[in-house]
Parts: sequence; C-alpha cells; structure tokens
Amino acid sequence: MNATKQTRDWYPFVGPFDPCPPKYVKTYVVPPNQFIPFQPMNLPQFPLADALRLGTLWPALFSPYESKCRPGEAQKG
Amino acid sequence: MWIYQKKLQYPVRVSKCDPRVARYLVEQYGGADGELSAALRYLNQRYSIPDKVIGLLTDIGTEEFAHLEMIATMIYKLTKDATPRQLEEAGLGPNYVIHDNGLFYNNSSGVPWTAAYIQAKGDPLADLYEDIAAEEKARATYQWIIDMTDDVDLQDSLKFLREREIVHAMRFKEAVEMIKADRDTKKVF
Repeated sequence: MNATKQTRDWYPFVGPFDPCPPKYVKTYVVPPNQFIPFQPMNLPQFPLADALRLGTLWPALFSPYESKCRPGEAQKG
Repeated sequence: MWIYQKKLQYPVRVSKCDPRVARYLVEQYGGADGELSAALRYLNQRYSIPDKVIGLLTDIGTEEFAHLEMIATMIYKLTKDATPRQLEEAGLGPNYVIHDNGLFYNNSSGVPWTAAYIQAKGDPLADLYEDIAAEEKARATYQWIIDMTDDVDLQDSLKFLREREIVHAMRFKEAVEMIKADRDTKKVF
C-alpha cells in the first residue's frame, strides 16, 4: 500500500449567516499517480487474485475509496 | 481488428433493487467523461500521434469498451425488472417513454451524447493532456456514484473501474514523458 495519505483536507470559509449547517472540513482525493512521473521497472506486485479485485497489479498505484453512503442510507428506488 | 471475449472484464453483481442508481450510472455510459467518450476519444487520436504511443491508445481505448459493457450490465440489471412506475420514481420516466427499457447514450440528465465531448487537436501533447484530464474526471465521477449507493457489491465493481482510471492516467502521463523524449537522452550519461 502507498504509505502516504491519499486525501487532503481544506477548511472553507464559514459565514455567520450560512443557511445550512456548515461543513468545517472538506476533503479531496490525490491518487498516487500524481507522484510517479514514469513508473520504474520491477516495482512490487500484488498477488494476481488481489490484483484482479483491486484493479491494479501495483501497490504503488492502488488507491482505496470508501463510499460516503452508509449502509441502509441510500434512498429506496 | 478486435478479438472479442464473451465475458466481462470484472464481475458485475448488483444486490439491491435500486433503479435510482441506474440513472446515475448512465453518466458513465453516455456522459461527457463516460466510457463511450473515452473509448472513441483514444481510438480516434491514434491516427495523428507518434508511433510509440499508438499502442497505448489502442489498449486503453479497447479497455474503455470493456468498461462500457460493465456499466451497461449494471444499468441492465437495475432496470430490467422495474415497472414503469418504479422507473418514474427513479427519475427514468422520460427514458421509459422514449426507449422502454432500452439503454441510450445520454448523460444522467438525459442530454444525448455528442461528439463535441471529445477532441482531436492533432497535437500530441494537447491530446494526451486531454486524456489525462478525462481519466481524472471519470475517476471523480466514479467516486460520486460510489457515494450515491450503499450496495457494497455494486460499489465493488465501481471501485475496480475507479482504480482503472488511475492506472490509465498514470500511463498517459508516461506517454507525455515519452513524447517529451528526454528519457532516452537522460540515460546516456
């Protein structure tokens, strides 16, 4: 796994008259491809079964993402 | 020419009856940053780009069609047994009126796909930077779709597709380095 954190936080302005409850922290994703200009040869590889499931052979390129939708939270269609 | 394997690139399992998500998935089907746009963009750019990156565009463009099939499968599973009433509640009423259960290349708001979504500037760097941007936009779109569903099996397939966007962007970045052609000279110390 990539040791570096793959998200960044920022703190938007919160006004005294905002109509909705404020979000104090906003987060965006910075995937690991941003830090590799050209992939070097012979990087470590996932086992093939893991690679298929994860979508990449290379731990250095793996980027996890978790849904912001909690179980049971999605609307009924 | 292409060789077709009658199977999906990655399994698609949908375990919750939720046609609402089908409407959002259509964004990746016929949207500006969807898989159709990606496939046609890359395959079309091959004819005006240096030889050494043509193969990359062929490979990734082909894989985008495999992703298109996965998205189509998700939409199909989510809508095939839905009643007109359920489709209407999911925001797919207009789609039903025009297409029945048929899929169509439009975005999640119903805007039909247009070739104006893709560019062929003929300039290798301009084209490749567009491709990198397209991959990152598609990655973001996958994130927002993943956020809209609590179906973990559907999330699983979408996470796979999201990771592929990251790998593709990586490869296009490498293609830029090859186009810049300073890699060979660097080695000659």
